Amino acid sequence: MVEVKVKDKDIVVPGEILADGMGYVPGVGTYREGEAIVSERVGVVSIDGRAIKLIPLSGRYLPKRGDTILCQVVDVTMNGWRLETNSAYQAMLSLKEATSEFIARGADLRKFYDLGDYLVCKVSNVTSQMLVDVMMKGPGLRKLNGGRVISVNCNKVPRIIGKHGSMVSLIKEASGCQIIVGQNGLVWMQGNPEGELLAVRTIRMIETESHITGLTNRIKDFLEKTTGKTLEIRMEQ
Amino acid sequence: MYSELRSQVLKLLSVHTRLDGRKPHEYRKPMKVEYGVVKTAEGSAKVTIGETEVIAGVKLEIMSPYPDTPDEGSIMVGVELLPLSSPEFEPGPPSIRAVELARVVDRGIRESKAIDFKSLCLEKGEKAWMIVIDICTFNDAGNLFDASALAALAAIKNTKFPELVDGKIVYKEKTDQGIDVQEEPISVTVLKIGDHFIIDPDNEEELVAEARLTVALMSNGQLCALQKGGDSALTLDDISKMIDLAAEGSKTLRGLL
Repeated sequence: MVEVKVKDKDIVVPGEILADGMGYVPGVGTYREGEAIVSERVGVVSIDGRAIKLIPLSGRYLPKRGDTILCQVVDVTMNGWRLETNSAYQAMLSLKEATSEFIARGADLRKFYDLGDYLVCKVSNVTSQMLVDVMMKGPGLRKLNGGRVISVNCNKVPRIIGKHGSMVSLIKEASGCQIIVGQNGLVWMQGNPEGELLAVRTIRMIETESHITGLTNRIKDFLEKTTGKTLEIRMEQ
Repeated sequence: MYSELRSQVLKLLSVHTRLDGRKPHEYRKPMKVEYGVVKTAEGSAKVTIGETEVIAGVKLEIMSPYPDTPDEGSIMVGVELLPLSSPEFEPGPPSIRAVELARVVDRGIRESKAIDFKSLCLEKGEKAWMIVIDICTFNDAGNLFDASALAALAAIKNTKFPELVDGKIVYKEKTDQGIDVQEEPISVTVLKIGDHFIIDPDNEEELVAEARLTVALMSNGQLCALQKGGDSALTLDDISKMIDLAAEGSKTLRGLL
């Protein structure tokens, strides 16, 4: 007998049985046990045709190929840099993939990226053993100068960016900051001191209130009230 | 190392603000002291400064007095930097940071003569009370020095002696008698970053600071202990500026007790 035990948009916990029977297939964040589909993490159920998946509400970032992430240099080795990725795994940035500049043999690699520096990089490969490789050749991939980095729940990153970047461009416009959101939950921002603080406050607000509907408009009202500017929700291409 | 962070902090300080929007001479909020948080201790207190949380507990033991001071009791301070409070802290024997922190807290209490050691003597040359203060960090969001010293003092104030039966301590029975606290030393740590001085640093500011000075002040504003840390030297002028700033900051902390 096929039976779905949960409704769309229900919040479930790990181990909860979502459906019984082979009529449904387990999607992201769920697994099959016997004939049942069981939840793997805390999240919101999304029933998409015959597939049941979970939109996670919590959990650490897991490196995925193709993600653009913010990393911090924690070690400089003979042939590259070791980076902290805000996940359980560190990433390696190899010398070849690091910069388009010429690096002379035996050069001091700290001249390029020093300990503590933040870099925007792209995950180029993740092995089955979770060895993460990143690269820095590509548009927008660079070392971050100045500004500040904050850490947010990586599952809220889509909310911070918004539909086609609408949310983040709203914050950029209101605060006058440059903002880069990494898929791993690190956010970099640079602007004047008040702007940066406003951006941090707004992002913290999104983090705590993202599950309540009408988020974009609420954030827009909040930003308009604090800055006194008239803002417009715009989609980036 | 951290040159980017340092230049950012300096840039903000030049316009009299900090990463979290505070003024250089401002403490974080919320700040509070809660008493009696540990039931098994003779006295305890929890101090919260912003996101930094520290618990101090006092246990009373009977020791034989040191030969050079046969009519005095003593205090002993230990700090445990719990791994849960920061990714930097590892389990194991006390690190150099923990030892320094314990010594600074100990010295503040000892040198201000906050406790009359003679009053802790039970039997000259034979028995005296030993006040054992244990400090556990629960979250290190910066400024463990001020939080720990405040927690230790609050815990001492909260302490009640246990019952003594035939010279043995009955920990389950507490008396009404507390430790006679004659002075309330307040420690304030001032950091030097560039040409700027700040109090109540957060983690980022601690990373980029070149020097720190922990100043312990008595209630009449008298200085009773100093501890300098960090790599670079301080001039006399720096030190007097830092002490002035500490005196100002100590008023905020004293108000919490």
